[in-house]
Amino acid sequence: MSSMNGWEVVIGLEIHAQLATKSKIFSGASTAFGAEPNVQACAVDLGLPGVLPVLNAEAVHMAALFGLAISAHVAPVSTFDRKNYFYPDLPKGYQISQLAQPIVSGGSVTITTGEGEKAVNKTINLTRAHLEEDAGKSLHEDFAGMTGIDLNRAGTPLIEIVSEPEMRSAAEAVAYARKVHAIVQYLGICDGNMQEGSFRVDANVSVRPKGETKLGTRTEIKNVNSFRFLERAIDYEITRQIELIEDGGTVQQQTRLYDPDKDETRMMRTKEAADDYRYFPDPDLLPVVIDQALLAEWKASLPELPDAKAARYQSEYGLSPYDAGVLTSARAIATYFEQTLNAMGSAADAKLCANWVTGALAAQLNKANLGIEQSPVTSDALAGLLLRVADNTLSNKLAKEVFDAMWAGEGDADSIIDTRGLKQITDSSAIEAMVDGILAANPDKVAEYRSGKDKLFGFFVGQVMKAAQGKANPQQLNEVLKARLGPSEGSS
Amino acid sequence: MSLNPSQLKHVAHLSRIALEESKIPALVQDLNAILAFAEQLKDGRLDDLAPMAHPLDQQQPLRADVVSETNQRDILLKGAPATEQGLFLVPKVIE
Repeated sequence: MSSMNGWEVVIGLEIHAQLATKSKIFSGASTAFGAEPNVQACAVDLGLPGVLPVLNAEAVHMAALFGLAISAHVAPVSTFDRKNYFYPDLPKGYQISQLAQPIVSGGSVTITTGEGEKAVNKTINLTRAHLEEDAGKSLHEDFAGMTGIDLNRAGTPLIEIVSEPEMRSAAEAVAYARKVHAIVQYLGICDGNMQEGSFRVDANVSVRPKGETKLGTRTEIKNVNSFRFLERAIDYEITRQIELIEDGGTVQQQTRLYDPDKDETRMMRTKEAADDYRYFPDPDLLPVVIDQALLAEWKASLPELPDAKAARYQSEYGLSPYDAGVLTSARAIATYFEQTLNAMGSAADAKLCANWVTGALAAQLNKANLGIEQSPVTSDALAGLLLRVADNTLSNKLAKEVFDAMWAGEGDADSIIDTRGLKQITDSSAIEAMVDGILAANPDKVAEYRSGKDKLFGFFVGQVMKAAQGKANPQQLNEVLKARLGPSEGSS
Repeated sequence: MSLNPSQLKHVAHLSRIALEESKIPALVQDLNAILAFAEQLKDGRLDDLAPMAHPLDQQQPLRADVVSETNQRDILLKGAPATEQGLFLVPKVIE
């Protein structure tokens, strides 16, 4: 393992986000995922002679929303260019993209790395975000030495979001990618599904000696379909480049694929120079003009975005920056949290709710590999449970038992409490009776306690809890026990 | 601007156009004549003009986001030399 000492890492990301339109960017074919091959590929998507692209208004709207959300410049006039290359999943021989006048330029997002007191905020600037069409899919297996082509994805609208090379570690790159992921989902312009390829991250990675101002030769990592793999792939690539240079070699500009099974990157192809694409303005498409009044309307329509929401959770609910960050990291989590709070009505307790959503619920979802929107315990059901915690019917320990039963589908909190007889004992005379019973049964221990062995307090708590089958309210139990036992002489 | 024979071959390769070696000198000459003709544009006074992306002084019409195409796979696959399981088949392209 090479030391990072003396080296600076430079990372820029290119993110392709599929826009959540119903139809394609230049044709009326469906963009739905998972259809039979080629049933959603029409003459325009196939690039047949005589067809013309007609731009989807919603794709323009969504790209502009992204620009507005990151305080970027949304161009009043943008244009489409042809990026020329040959590959069978690109039937026209060119991809319609935007080079000279992209719809979005500039803008920035704020990322946080580290937790608690070590948390650091950093602003990452964006170069641009432009509209383009996706290519089809090549299937390389099982066709008697031939490649199968499915063009359902060809023509799906994308925004390619290009960052400045401002990230200095894999952790920063992941934080940036997660923030962009959250923003596109909050805006409802991309479903963010990385497994299905709706949100694809390519990382440009280079290293240079500390203090050097010229950029080192970069490699581009493709084929990363999770944030965890993104971090691992970048870390692998950083180490590879530093070791290569320290051993006297030089980094070649190339595209590398990440292989999660081997946890390594390997060369895919040496990169064609940019001018090999022979970009030129697409004569089939006129300049796209965005009316400024409409743009102002779109701006006013923006939803509350992750940073603003996290700030509000801290000021309005008194949550920690960390909890607020976790709860707002995805729109679905924030929605669940807010719905749970609403369902609790006047007994709403934001901290309690935050603890459960980021704690027990998150742990179970993680274990079952489920998204929060697929949670078997709905926000209403969780609210029902938290109401019984808030009114002291359940101790935290019993609440966890009820939660597990709810997760297993045994019904709502109240019916589980009923069937299992889990109601916390808060009747003080009942608790006093149990305490008295235990003290009467252990006169020697009581004497020891009173002569100074104060550690026995825990023993009495345990005995009473056992008698109460774990259902005695812990605070009340402590109070009664202290009062009945009196002082322990040895205690200070 | 002018092209030399190796630049011509490079551009031809990118466009996947096969050139007969014997025809290259004549093509270089023809292309350079065309490029020279276009060079005249440089004589125009363009400083105060914005680059033009399209000769028509119009803006792009937009269509509503509606699925209007139905499944036409059977017709569209008919034109392909080889198909299987609804896929177009092409010579293996994996690198």
